[in-house]
Amino acid sequence: MRRRLDRIEIPEIGLVALCGASGSGKSTFALRHFAPTEVVSSDRCRALVGDDETDQSVTAAAFELLHTIVDKRLEIGRLTVVDATNTKPEDRKALLELARRWDVLATAIVFDLPVAACLAHNEQRSDRRTPVHAIKRQHDTLRRGVKRLRKERFTRVYTLGSLEELDRVEVARTKIWSDRRDDTGPFDIIGDVHGCHAELLSLLDRLGYDTAADPIAHPEGRRAVFLGDLVDRGPGVCEVLDIAMSMVAAGSALCVAGNHEVKLGRAMAGRDVRVTHGLAESLEQLQRRAPEFSERVAEFIGGLISHYVLDGGRLVVAHAGLPERYHGRSSGRVRDLALYGDTDGETDEFGLPVRYPWAEEYRGEAAVVYGHTPVPEAVWVNNTICVDTGAVFGGELTALRWPERDLVSVPAVAEHYEPIRPARSAADASSGPSRLLDVGAALGKHHIETKLAGRVLIEAERSSAALEVMSRFAADPRWLPYLPPTMAPAAASGRAGYLEHPEEVFSYFRKRGVDEVVAQEKHMGSRAVLVVARDADAAQSRFGIANPEAGVIVTRTGRPFFSEAAVTGALLDRVRTAADATGLWGRLGTDWFILDAEVLPWSAKAAALIQRLYAAVGAAGAAALDSARGLLADAARRGVDVEALAARTASRAGHVAAYVDSYRRYCWDIEGADGVEIAPFQILAAEGEVLARRPHRWHLEEIDALVDHEPGVLRRTDRRFVSLSDDASVQQAADWWQALTEGGSEGVVVKPAEPTPTGDGGFVQPGVKCRDREYLRIIYGPEYLEPANLERLRQRSIGRKSSLARREFALGIEALDRFVANEHLARVHECVFGVLALESEPVDPRL
Amino acid sequence: MLVSLTSTTPVATDLGYLLHKHPDRVRSVDVAFGRAHVFYPVATAQRCTATTYVEVDAFSRTRHRKPRRAQGLEPYLNDRPYAASSMLSVALGRLFRTALNGTCEARPELVVQPLDLEIGLPVVPVRGGQELLRHLFEPLCYEVVCSSIALDPEFPAWGDSHYVAARLAGRQTVRSALEHLYVLLPVLDDAKHYWIGPDEVDKLLSRGGGWLGSHPEADLITRRYLRIPEYTREALARLADTGEDSDLLDTQRDAAEQATESPLRLGEQRLDAVLEVVRSAGAGRVLDLGCGEGRLLERLIVEPTVTRAVGVDVSVGALKRAERRLKLEEMSERRRERIQLLQGALTYTDSRLQGFDVATVIEAVEHLDAERLDVFAEVVFGHISAPTVVLTTPNREYNQNFEQLDGRGLRHEDHRFEWTRGEFEAWARGIGARFGYGVEISTVGPVDPVCGPPTQMAVFSR
Repeated sequence: MRRRLDRIEIPEIGLVALCGASGSGKSTFALRHFAPTEVVSSDRCRALVGDDETDQSVTAAAFELLHTIVDKRLEIGRLTVVDATNTKPEDRKALLELARRWDVLATAIVFDLPVAACLAHNEQRSDRRTPVHAIKRQHDTLRRGVKRLRKERFTRVYTLGSLEELDRVEVARTKIWSDRRDDTGPFDIIGDVHGCHAELLSLLDRLGYDTAADPIAHPEGRRAVFLGDLVDRGPGVCEVLDIAMSMVAAGSALCVAGNHEVKLGRAMAGRDVRVTHGLAESLEQLQRRAPEFSERVAEFIGGLISHYVLDGGRLVVAHAGLPERYHGRSSGRVRDLALYGDTDGETDEFGLPVRYPWAEEYRGEAAVVYGHTPVPEAVWVNNTICVDTGAVFGGELTALRWPERDLVSVPAVAEHYEPIRPARSAADASSGPSRLLDVGAALGKHHIETKLAGRVLIEAERSSAALEVMSRFAADPRWLPYLPPTMAPAAASGRAGYLEHPEEVFSYFRKRGVDEVVAQEKHMGSRAVLVVARDADAAQSRFGIANPEAGVIVTRTGRPFFSEAAVTGALLDRVRTAADATGLWGRLGTDWFILDAEVLPWSAKAAALIQRLYAAVGAAGAAALDSARGLLADAARRGVDVEALAARTASRAGHVAAYVDSYRRYCWDIEGADGVEIAPFQILAAEGEVLARRPHRWHLEEIDALVDHEPGVLRRTDRRFVSLSDDASVQQAADWWQALTEGGSEGVVVKPAEPTPTGDGGFVQPGVKCRDREYLRIIYGPEYLEPANLERLRQRSIGRKSSLARREFALGIEALDRFVANEHLARVHECVFGVLALESEPVDPRL
Repeated sequence: MLVSLTSTTPVATDLGYLLHKHPDRVRSVDVAFGRAHVFYPVATAQRCTATTYVEVDAFSRTRHRKPRRAQGLEPYLNDRPYAASSMLSVALGRLFRTALNGTCEARPELVVQPLDLEIGLPVVPVRGGQELLRHLFEPLCYEVVCSSIALDPEFPAWGDSHYVAARLAGRQTVRSALEHLYVLLPVLDDAKHYWIGPDEVDKLLSRGGGWLGSHPEADLITRRYLRIPEYTREALARLADTGEDSDLLDTQRDAAEQATESPLRLGEQRLDAVLEVVRSAGAGRVLDLGCGEGRLLERLIVEPTVTRAVGVDVSVGALKRAERRLKLEEMSERRRERIQLLQGALTYTDSRLQGFDVATVIEAVEHLDAERLDVFAEVVFGHISAPTVVLTTPNREYNQNFEQLDGRGLRHEDHRFEWTRGEFEAWARGIGARFGYGVEISTVGPVDPVCGPPTQMAVFSR
C-alpha cells in the first residue's frame, strides 16, 4: 500500500496538467487551490468558442484555444493549470511540448479515483453530465497510461487515489531553484578559477574578505559568487574546492555549475569521459586526498545548479551566460546553455566549439555576468560581461563587484596551463551587428518603460516624423546616448508688465515640497550635447565608433552642430584640455563624459532664421513706423487730430526698437571656432555613473573649474542657491533675476538643488524657465508688453508643454541609465528616439 | 503698414472727393485684423496726399489660435503689421469701395480724369527682387523708383531684406491706381492672409478686368493671385533646427536638381536603364529604396513580370505625393495588391524589406552622410540582401557641364557627397567583395569623352 499523499509541490513558474476522468473532481480541486485565471479549462474553452461547455462538436477549436492560452501564459512565465481530462498520452504530449518550448517544469496531478466515485459525482450534476460510457472509457485509458507518466517527462507526478486524499491534500508553491531574486547581495562575482588557489586567495584579499578565517567571510557580509569552473587545469584544485565548498556551506558564497564540474562529477561517478582539458589534473589531485573528500566534492557538484537570478531580477549569473528568455526557467536546454553556451557542434580551427554570439543580441534589463570563455579584458557588451580573464592561462583572476559594477583583478602568478587559442574579447566579437538598429523598434505606436515616469507612450505619427529626422540628419546613433528634453516655462505672472516672474517658479517648487532650488543663468544660444572622449581609442571602445575629433557636438535634435568637423574638433580639444587640467578624468574614473550645454552665439546655428525672420520683422517694422510717424506729424501740423494715433505709433516704434535690441544681443560674428562659446551646465554621465543624478552644486563647481582653465571658449553659468523657506533668500534671488535680465540675459532656469525629487503627482519638474521680459519680445512679438496684449497672453496654457517636458526628461535619463549600464544600443536608441518623437508634438512654440 | 496716394494735378484736393474722405479729418474703420485709417499729411491745391495706415492687432482673437499642427514662431512673430500685403488690399477695398467701383456722386466728371499720381510704399515685400516690381508696374505706365531696406544696419554682412521702399509715379485715374494696388500687393508679397476661396477669380476679374489681359506678366499675376491651397505639412517644421520646413526645401531642391539635369532627360533615362535590369533579371518582386514620388513604381506596375512592387522612403511627404501620383486610391484591387508604399530608412534593418528579387537604389545613396555608408551597406547588402541590387548616383566629374550647381559644386543641396567614377567604382567593388556580389558598372546619359556620363550605375548580383 502506498503512502498517503498529503502535500503537492508546484513550481511557481510551470505547467500543471490535471489528469482524470470526467467527474473525478478536477475542476473543484482547481478552484480550491488555484486562482481562476491560472486555470485553463477545456470546458470553459468550449463555452468561449461555442457557447456550450458540453458541445463536443467544437472540441478541436476549443483545444486550439486552450493551447494558445497555455502558450502565451508560459511565454511570460505564469503558472498555468490545465483542467482537461488529459487521459490520453497524445493530449498530454501537446502540453509537454508547450512546457518544453518555454522551458518550464511540468507537473501531473492524477485523479485516480474509483470509477464509481466519478459516476456518482457525474450523477449529481445538473448542468454538464457526461455519458456513462465515456467516463468509463476515460477511466480505463488513464489507468493504462498512468505508469508511463514519468516517462513522458513530467518532472513530478502526484496521484490522488481517494476522495479523502483529494480533500486533504495540501498544495504548496515552491520557488524554482534559480530564483534568488530576494537576495540583494552585495556580491563579488568571480570568474573561472580553474584551481588557481593562490590567485583566488589574493583576489579575496583585495575584495576585503577575511582570508584567515575558516570559512572565509567578508566583514561587511558581502558574498562571493563563483561562476563555475573551479576545477581542472590549475595546481590547487582541492584547495579551491575547500574554499568554495566551505563558503557555500556557511552561506558566504554562492556557486553555479561550470562544464568542468559537471564533467568531473561524471568522471568521479565512474562514467566514461575523455580525460582532456585539464581533467587529469583534478583527478590526480583528488587522488591525493582522502576518499571522503571526493565524496563531499561529488555531493557538492551534484547540488550545483546552472544559473541564479539575483537582486530583484537585476542580475543573472551563469557559467556560460544566458539569453534573456531562459532567465529563471528550468529545463535541460537551459542547463546546457548555461553550462556550455549556444553551440551547434561546429568547431573552430583550434578544435574548440564555435559559440553563438548571444551577447550581441542581448537586450535584457538584467545584467548577465558569466565566464567560460577566456577574454583578454572584461568589458560590458549590451549589459552582459564575461569576467573569465584566463587566470589559469597566465591572465588575471577577475571579480565584478555588484551592485557597484567595479572590476577587481589580480594577475596570475604563472601560466599554469597552456592556452589552446588566444583569448578573444567579447567586444571584438560583437563590433559588427550591434550597430544595426531595426526599424521595428522605432516605427509605430509603442511604449517605453522609464524609471522616472513609468510607461511613456510614443504615437505612431510621432515616430514617423522622428525617423525621418533621425535617419536623414542626425549623427550616428552610437554617438547619441542622450537628447535634451524641452523645458517647462513659468506659470503666467500676474504682475503688471511681466508675463514671467521668478515668484511663480519658486511657488511651484515650494508647493511640491522642494526646499532648496538653484536658479541658473539661462544663456541665449542653441542647446547642444557634447560627447567628449579622451581620445579616438576611448571613443572606439566605449561608443563603438571613432572619429578624429573623438567626440561630437550635436543639436537638440541630434544633428551635428557644426558642419565642419574641424570646428567641432577644435572646440572638443579645448574641453579636453580643461578636463586634463582639472583632473576630471581621474576624479570620475572615466575616459569619456557627456555635457549638456548651450552654445553661443545664437547666430552660430540660427543665422538663417534670424535673418529671414527676426531681422526682417525688425527692418520692416522700423521702416514702416518711421514713415508713419513722419506722415502723422505732417498731418498734425496741418491741424488734423491725429494725436492718439501718433502716440500709439510712437509706442509701437519704441517696441520695435527694443525688439531689435533684444535679438542683436544674441548675435555676433564667428569665424570657424573663433567667437564660439560653450556654456556647459551639467555633466550628464561618465563611465559607470549617470551623473545627472548628482546635485547641481557638484555640477556647477566641476564646470567652474573647467571654465577657469578655458575662459575664452567656456562660459560660466551664474547661479544663486535659494532656500525657499527663507523669504530673504527668495527676495535676493528675485532681485538677482531682475539685475541679470536687465543686463541682457535670456533669464534663468530654476532647478531643484537635488535633482529628480518626487512629489505628489509623480516627480517634480527638473527645471522651470523664467524668461526676461525684453527677451520675450523675440518670442511673443515686439508689442507683447502692451497691457491689452499681455492680458491675453496670460491666458496661455502650459499643461501640455509641462507634461512633455517631464516625459522627455524621463526618457533622457532612462537613455543615460541604459547607456551607462552598457545595455544594447537598441535599448538606448529607443529612448533617444522617443525624445525626438515627443519633440515633434504640436505645442505652442512660444512656451 | 501704410500706403500714400498723392495727386499733384491742381486742384489736388479734389482727391478728397474721389476718395470720399475729407482732407481735414481722420477717417477710421474696423477690419478683421485691426483698424484702418485715412488721413492727409498734405492738402494743398498743388499737392494732396492721402495716407492709408493700418494698425494690425497682432494679438487679435482670429490671429491667436492654438496651433493645430507643429509649426515655428511665424504665426506669432511676423512682418504682417508692418509690410504692405494682402491686408492692405483688403483695407483699401473697405475704405475706398466707392472709388474702386468708379462712382463719385459729388463730382462725377473726376472719375475718368487721369491725374498725376504718386504712390508711396515705404515697406513693400517683393518676392522676386526689384526687377519684379518694375515688370509689374512699368507696363502700367508708372515710373518706378525704389531703394532696398537693409536687414540690420548693425550687421551689414546680412545684406538687404526683401523689403523695398517704392515710389511709383504715373498719370492714372484714382480708380485704376487703387485697382493696381489691390491686385498687385499680394502678388508682390506672394502670400495672402486669408483663406483662398472660389470667389478669388471673381475678385481678380472685377479689379483687374480692365488691364490684366494686356499685361505682359498676366500669367505670373494670375498664378500668384489665385494661390493654390498649400499642401499641409506635418511635424517636420518643428524638428528643423533652423525653423525651416524641410519638406518644402526638399521639393524646392528636387526641382532645382531636375532643372539642372533636365536638358538631358536624365530622370527618364535612369528609369529606362533600371527597368532594363529588372526585365533582364525577369524579376517578380521589386523593392525601390528611396522611391521618392514613385516615378519608378509608376513604370514597374505596368511591367508584365512584376508581381509585387514596394516603394520605401523615409519622407512621409514624399510617400503622400507618391500615393497621389500613382492614384493608389483609384487603382483596381488586383493592381493595388501588387504595390505598396512603406516608410523606412536605409540605416535601419527592416524585415519587411526582405525576400525581393531586385532592390533599386536610385539617386539615394548620395543623400546619406558618408559616415553612415557602412551601415547603409550592411542594411542593403547584408540584411535586405536581394539577389540583384541596382544603384545609381551622380558622377561628380560631369558637373562641369552643368550651369546651375549649389555652392559646393553639387547638384542638390541635400547631397552629402557626389562620387567621381573612380571613387564609385572602388566603393562598389569593395561592397561586392565584402558581401559576395558580382559588380557591373555602367553609364546612364550621354558620355562625355573626358568627364564620363552624368549618372553612373552599378548592378550587383549573386
